[in-house]
Amino acid sequence: MTAYRPDALIASDISAYLELHQHKSLLRFLTCGSVDDGKSTLIGRLLYDSKQIFEDQLSALEKDSRRVGTQGQAIDFALLVDGLAAEREQGITIDVAYRFFATEKRKFIVADTPGHEQYTRNMVTGASTADLAVILIDARKGLLTQTKRHSYLAHLLGIRHLVLAVNKMDLVDYDQRVFDAIVADYADFARSIDIQAFTPIPISGFRGDNVTTRSEAMPWFTGPVLLDHLETVDVDAEADRAKPFRMPVQWVNRPNLDFRGFAGLVTSGTLRPGDPVRILPSGRTSRVARIVAMGGDRDVAIAGESVTLTLADEVDCSRGDVIAAADAPPQAADQFKATLVWMDPAELLPGRSYWLKLGTQTVSAVVRAPDYAIDVNTMAHGAVKALTLNDIGVAEIATDRPIVFETYADSHDLGGFILIDKLTNATVAAGMLQFALRRAQNVHWQTIEITREAHAQQKNQEPRLLWFTGLSGSGKSTIANLVEKRLHAMGKHSFLLDGDNIRHGLNRDLGFTDQDRVENIRRIGEVAKLMTDAGLIVLTAFISPFRAERALVRSMMPEGEFFEIFIDTPLEVAENRDVKGLYRKARAGQIANFTGISSPYEAPVSPEIHIDTTRTTPEEAAERIVETIMGAWAPIL
Amino acid sequence: MDSATLSSPSLTHLQRLEAESIHILREVVAEAERPVMLYSIGKDSAVMLHLARKAFYPAPPPFPLLHVDTTWKFKAMYELRERSAAAAGMELLVHQNPEAKARGINPFDHGGLHTDLWKTEGLKQALDKYGFDAAFGGARRDEEKSRAKERIFSFRTSTHRWDPKNQRPELWRLYNARKAKGESIRVFPLSNWTELDIWQYILAEGIEIVPLYFAAPRPTVERDGMLLMVDDERFRLQPGEVPVERSIRFRTLGCYPLTGAVESTADTLESVIQEMLLTTTSERQGRAIDHDQAASMEKKKQEGYF
Repeated sequence: MTAYRPDALIASDISAYLELHQHKSLLRFLTCGSVDDGKSTLIGRLLYDSKQIFEDQLSALEKDSRRVGTQGQAIDFALLVDGLAAEREQGITIDVAYRFFATEKRKFIVADTPGHEQYTRNMVTGASTADLAVILIDARKGLLTQTKRHSYLAHLLGIRHLVLAVNKMDLVDYDQRVFDAIVADYADFARSIDIQAFTPIPISGFRGDNVTTRSEAMPWFTGPVLLDHLETVDVDAEADRAKPFRMPVQWVNRPNLDFRGFAGLVTSGTLRPGDPVRILPSGRTSRVARIVAMGGDRDVAIAGESVTLTLADEVDCSRGDVIAAADAPPQAADQFKATLVWMDPAELLPGRSYWLKLGTQTVSAVVRAPDYAIDVNTMAHGAVKALTLNDIGVAEIATDRPIVFETYADSHDLGGFILIDKLTNATVAAGMLQFALRRAQNVHWQTIEITREAHAQQKNQEPRLLWFTGLSGSGKSTIANLVEKRLHAMGKHSFLLDGDNIRHGLNRDLGFTDQDRVENIRRIGEVAKLMTDAGLIVLTAFISPFRAERALVRSMMPEGEFFEIFIDTPLEVAENRDVKGLYRKARAGQIANFTGISSPYEAPVSPEIHIDTTRTTPEEAAERIVETIMGAWAPIL
Repeated sequence: MDSATLSSPSLTHLQRLEAESIHILREVVAEAERPVMLYSIGKDSAVMLHLARKAFYPAPPPFPLLHVDTTWKFKAMYELRERSAAAAGMELLVHQNPEAKARGINPFDHGGLHTDLWKTEGLKQALDKYGFDAAFGGARRDEEKSRAKERIFSFRTSTHRWDPKNQRPELWRLYNARKAKGESIRVFPLSNWTELDIWQYILAEGIEIVPLYFAAPRPTVERDGMLLMVDDERFRLQPGEVPVERSIRFRTLGCYPLTGAVESTADTLESVIQEMLLTTTSERQGRAIDHDQAASMEKKKQEGYF
């Protein structure tokens, strides 16, 4: 078997060959199918037939095929593309792998993603950058649940070109009726989920029928051969070019005082010097002065290019802003409806704040309880409280400031986002913006003339939030009460929020599940924030067991106003005291989700104040707290 | 790449690869605190450096170049290293593992330990010494099977270990560069380039590469089926070995006693590409490092080698 048969032009006229290959376009596509659908075999076949396999690789492949292959003595093309050692031994592909091959017309990047149900996350990842998806079906099995799942996910991620590759036609005697029946089935399904068009092709990855060359065994098929189709289908970058100009600013280039360039990737449209542009979200306008490039300024830049441009006017513009066509700018909003694909083993906690990255903007965002989740096997909607790994759901999202956006249908670059856990930094979700909520577009913050500074000044104090945290029975309320009395005696304006005035009123509807605890703290944080806006010194005494929520509240407050006060009482001490008899009940199983017993307490890592109650009396603790916050005080005179 | 005009209906594959790499370089500069570019002087490094210059033009790239040196590179590589850094207006940092130096570690006596101490340990030392939190590397996914699954942003623990099970999904053009204190990122802007792409780009952009990529008469010995170049007097000839002048060139460059040459007369870019396309063995075959054991790259990567 000859592995590599180079193009005759390479030997005869290398310059002509290089000229031809210099102008290839690029198509990124995704293959989806289960372990048995012959997906890896198909990719291996494409690499092999397009001469990407070298002799040393082929001899390694022959050796591997005999050792671990599944095709007996024949070459197992799947081994060409299966990757990490552990996976190879299990005989499955468990991650996204990227493969490359090229023909005279195009270079191809193939995202190879697995068919296992638990790996929705990998397929969504691979699909996010693909122009086209090849959905593989085993001709002997027809439409399976996973076929529907793959098609739905490809459609959800906005892939415009779908190929239905009915594989293993050699095992059904190349029978046209089998193919037609599968295509009819698929057409019904496609209509039901709003897929407008797809291209069906009968193939055999193993034998090569209709992959790169037309099958003699299936003369009845008159449609395109797979590779021809891949070579001619239009790519997204071309479609993006027809849309209005957009460039999210990545980096401001300031080598000296005379030059200020805005660097970024043009996500849509075309740009020329002189074009009027608008900077979002500020809305200021200017004109493009230059498109700067090493080797000389450019006359034009188009969608898909990374450029540096300068503006005619000195306007504020920095990373996260979007430079757009002046007459067709995108909108900005801070509340959205979005589809989320959850990608992390830790579930979504509604109300917890995450980083949201969209384009070059990173903001703090809160996801509300999901409206519903979508079963990827049946596309049915179901009620859920949270999203777990590989769940897909629709939810409202609120960001802490307006972001420049487009709907995902209009722009993958300004409508696709990721959520990042603030503590672990993991990418926990992929999201697609559906639309901005009207209330966000219409409600604008009124400029309040009586500012929070004015409120505070009137009270002759600086606002503070003293956040007491610790186990049940640690002494939070006792100490907080003593602190407030001292502050009151000093003529300070304060207010204590605790279980008595919050749990029975504002948060009456909340229980003690993790989600409810998060929401509980979020509401308390918001109320406390309003009170500090009014100039008060606010004390809160809640267990507040999670670091993330405490960090969230901290992030809502101006620098230096938040004091985390850790009332550190060991569990056995608190349990021994058991002032309210709660530990006894919890141990007896009468109270669910009790912090320290059946629910975790995450102690502060570096609190502003740390009170060890085994060595300090409540009075001493109160005295120390007052001293600390008064000492940290810059009095307003 | 020259500007696309209306006559060209879409970007070419090289233009799209270039745009993607520049986007990645800028994203790291915007989000990391202390980035560095690992510069190995090979053709991939040359392309990566060229892309960095384009990404930040007219400013010089806002990070230094780091060469983790083994003291055993070809002389011609050291010459180009200095010239390239100066042309880019960038600071060049060279790190040589003092322990390897003290112990006289060399490719003749120490085999795998040579790579381990000079390169793997040397790299970790250099990153720790300067406190770099993001390091650009020129690795490509097409080089080796286990690299096909490597992310563009690859996270390392504070002890520089790579955990293939704990990598972040990369969606759209969004890269999550957030990390805990002590963690670092290896970033591979050339992930989606192939060997042919690299050569085509070098040709299209006129990028200077080490002359060793072009054929010339050079002193060589044949050993264990590899053609080695006698680059300096440290090369230890075995009994009976006499250097023979052959017209050779290199497909990859590393430590000269470990890098196999091919006999060739290709002395222009076009003819080198022609030979590459007509050849029947893959690029890394000339490197002794990959043949040690199955899935060897993957193991090295977990230990912190690139």
